[in-house]
Amino acid sequence: MSQSRDPEAFRAELREWLEANCPAEMRDGVMNEHTICWGGKNWEFTSDAQRVWLERAASKGYTVPTWPVEYGGAGMNRDEEKIFHAEMARINARSPLQSFGIWMLGPALLHFGTHEQKLHYLPPIARGEVRWCQGYSEPGAGSDLASVQSRGEDKGDHWLVNGQKIWTSYADKADWIFALIRTDRDAPKHKGISFLLIDMTDPGVTTRPIKLISGASPFCETFFDNVKVPKAQIVGDENRGWDVAKYLLTHEREMISGGGAGLGGGRALGAVLKDTYGEEEMDTVLRADAMRCEVDAMAIGLTLERYKDMAEAGTGAGDASAMLKYMGTELNKQRHEILMSAGGSDAVEWDGALSGLAANWLRTKANSIEGGTSEVMLSIVSRRILGLPG
Amino acid sequence: MLADAARGVLDGASPVSAFRALRDAGKPFEPAIWQEMAQMGWTGVLIPEEAGGSDMGHGAAAVLSRELGKTLVSSPFISTAVMAATALRRAGATASLQRIAAGEAIYALALDETRKFDPTRIETTATRDGNGFRLSGNKTFVVDGGSADRLLVLARTDGGVTLFDIPADRAGIARDAQDMVDARDAARIMLTDVEATGDDVLGQVDHGMDILRPALEAGQAALAAELAGLTAGAFDLTVGYLKERKQFGVTIGSFQALQHRAAHLWCETEVTASAILNAARRLDEDPDNATLAVSLAKARATATAKLAVIEGVQMHGGIGMTDAFDMGFYMKRARVGAEWLGDYGYHAATVARHRGF
Ligand SMILES: Cc1cc2nc3c(=O)[nH]c(=O)nc-3n(C[C@H](O)[C@H](O)[C@H](O)COP(=O)(O)OP(=O)(O)OC[C@H]3O[C@@H](n4cnc5c(N)ncnc54)[C@H](O)[C@@H]3O)c2cc1C
Repeated sequence: MSQSRDPEAFRAELREWLEANCPAEMRDGVMNEHTICWGGKNWEFTSDAQRVWLERAASKGYTVPTWPVEYGGAGMNRDEEKIFHAEMARINARSPLQSFGIWMLGPALLHFGTHEQKLHYLPPIARGEVRWCQGYSEPGAGSDLASVQSRGEDKGDHWLVNGQKIWTSYADKADWIFALIRTDRDAPKHKGISFLLIDMTDPGVTTRPIKLISGASPFCETFFDNVKVPKAQIVGDENRGWDVAKYLLTHEREMISGGGAGLGGGRALGAVLKDTYGEEEMDTVLRADAMRCEVDAMAIGLTLERYKDMAEAGTGAGDASAMLKYMGTELNKQRHEILMSAGGSDAVEWDGALSGLAANWLRTKANSIEGGTSEVMLSIVSRRILGLPG
Repeated sequence: MLADAARGVLDGASPVSAFRALRDAGKPFEPAIWQEMAQMGWTGVLIPEEAGGSDMGHGAAAVLSRELGKTLVSSPFISTAVMAATALRRAGATASLQRIAAGEAIYALALDETRKFDPTRIETTATRDGNGFRLSGNKTFVVDGGSADRLLVLARTDGGVTLFDIPADRAGIARDAQDMVDARDAARIMLTDVEATGDDVLGQVDHGMDILRPALEAGQAALAAELAGLTAGAFDLTVGYLKERKQFGVTIGSFQALQHRAAHLWCETEVTASAILNAARRLDEDPDNATLAVSLAKARATATAKLAVIEGVQMHGGIGMTDAFDMGFYMKRARVGAEWLGDYGYHAATVARHRGF
């Protein structure tokens, strides 16, 4: 179906639709923690335009352009997806919806889910009605993720889940959580984990926010206390959750490599330097750092595109996602160091002339930790790509 | 695929041991290889079929350069088949193109006059003399200048710069071989009142850069690809050694300090590969707007090759420092390749200029 569409006709139709349907307030190209739309039952739209934009985009499948139409997407192939992003960028449109459902759970369900599960869980993600969070990490299981201890006891028609997760981003705002739960305590650690879907409104689920160095508190401790999880709410086979978990991580890593929630976006470094120094002689060391960063940013951007081109739409970069994440996140940290230097004393004021920059700078430091640390990424490359001994 | 075909030929005809033999014999390259490259259509990779070329394009030129780089094949491929061919094609010089495609001509570009690449800093003059010109000046780091039978010379004329295509043995030309660390052919070329006619001018008088710029960009992209091939060659040696060398009772590749450095290097090579593919694609699709893409590729390739050879020697320990081992060849070629046609700083500055700095 999608192959038969003529690209130029597709572009023209899309352009016309965007012109008619993207509200003017949503065309400022701003993408940061304040403008992002996460959706979900607890979501409060920041404006009417944000709500209208989500509804209209979702009605066409444009919140998840490459997902199949029957699951709420627009069924675009890779070339069409490129046209879509180019046309969105042309009018500076904000992304109508971002979520862990789109980035992480969706790809995993598309790969491992049953048809019924896809029909049940994917469309509400696409419409921004249900917001998901990720219950992977635990106090004792960070880089060594497969040592999770939260456990699910088999009670016939359900698992009885008890345990604690930590660093659960937006757990206090989410409707559902996908979690790694140990369902066989006797098996080797990778072989006893199941990938369970858990309703956050269950009274046995509680969350406690944790404050970040950036001042925000988007992540939480999450506690499971005798939570009944029906047997249908498992993705993949029992005790084979590690396969699902790893597959999901490759998508998460690819997403973070592009700068995550728009954190890598923003203005060209050259323009930023000119703002600070004007035509005056500028700090030559900073300028050299910025030039290097620009070279690397362009080449890493091309690499993200190249890997998307190589993959079948939606399948992702596999093990090479570790490379993309490592390079992309280290670049984003470096870029924000340069932005901070260029911003001088204005940049270290929370709400000064460069309001938000300091918080973003601090937030980027998590990019090389969340979704697997840089060191873990290098170990994956070393073992799985270079074949060095594990 | 072209890469596999090229690899097959080169592994047989020109492994690194062949380069070592040339180096030991003091020979810049093996003429038989050049003839073989002509027969396979490689010397005509950028030459139209009407002029006897295979016209496979810049994507193919990059693939070939990469494979040549992997085993350090010494040849005038970039000077002749890439840069001269691009210039001559722009100038519509069909007869000269035919000779390159047939493997009958070797060209060198006589451009640099100072120790750093900068086509705007040219003092060689071409003074009007009757219907023709007299060229005088000193060129340095003329790659393949010792073996070339033709020279492309950039010289100042009244209203700009002009590109000349002259035989290397014309009266008034003196050549001094430069003994380079990479053991390849480079020469200092002294021009003293060398006669040139209007027929020797490529393109328009005073507008030499119209012809030379695309030739340089084609050369820079191909050189970036060669450096990427060299990087891959050095990297393969290094990872192979990590899997083989034992210390403390285990292979050294089990040490995380080395694993992470090797993994980092691999990540850099993947990112550089994207920039190189992009440059070649750009040259094939929109050659008049390829400057940014080409400079990005040359900057990245230069930096990655440097990292690969430094890490390569370090991770080999003592043996990496010996002449008997090949890593040193990679290191020396990487350094010459860094300087040739613009170093990291030159190309990073070009990128920055295009990106609003
Ligand atoms: C902002 C933010 C949001 C997050 N959101 C979520 C979320 O929504 N859901 C979720 O489940 N988790 C989330 N995380 C958790 C994240 O995935 C973990 O922090 C991460 O996997 C690292 O685990 P850790 O914090 O326990 O560090 P540790 O694993 O204790 O690592 C400490 C240090 O040791 C290094 N190290 C560890 N093992 C090795 C090794 N084998 N070799 C070399 N070095 C090693 C690490 O690289 C790191 O530098 C989030 C984290 C952050 C910072």
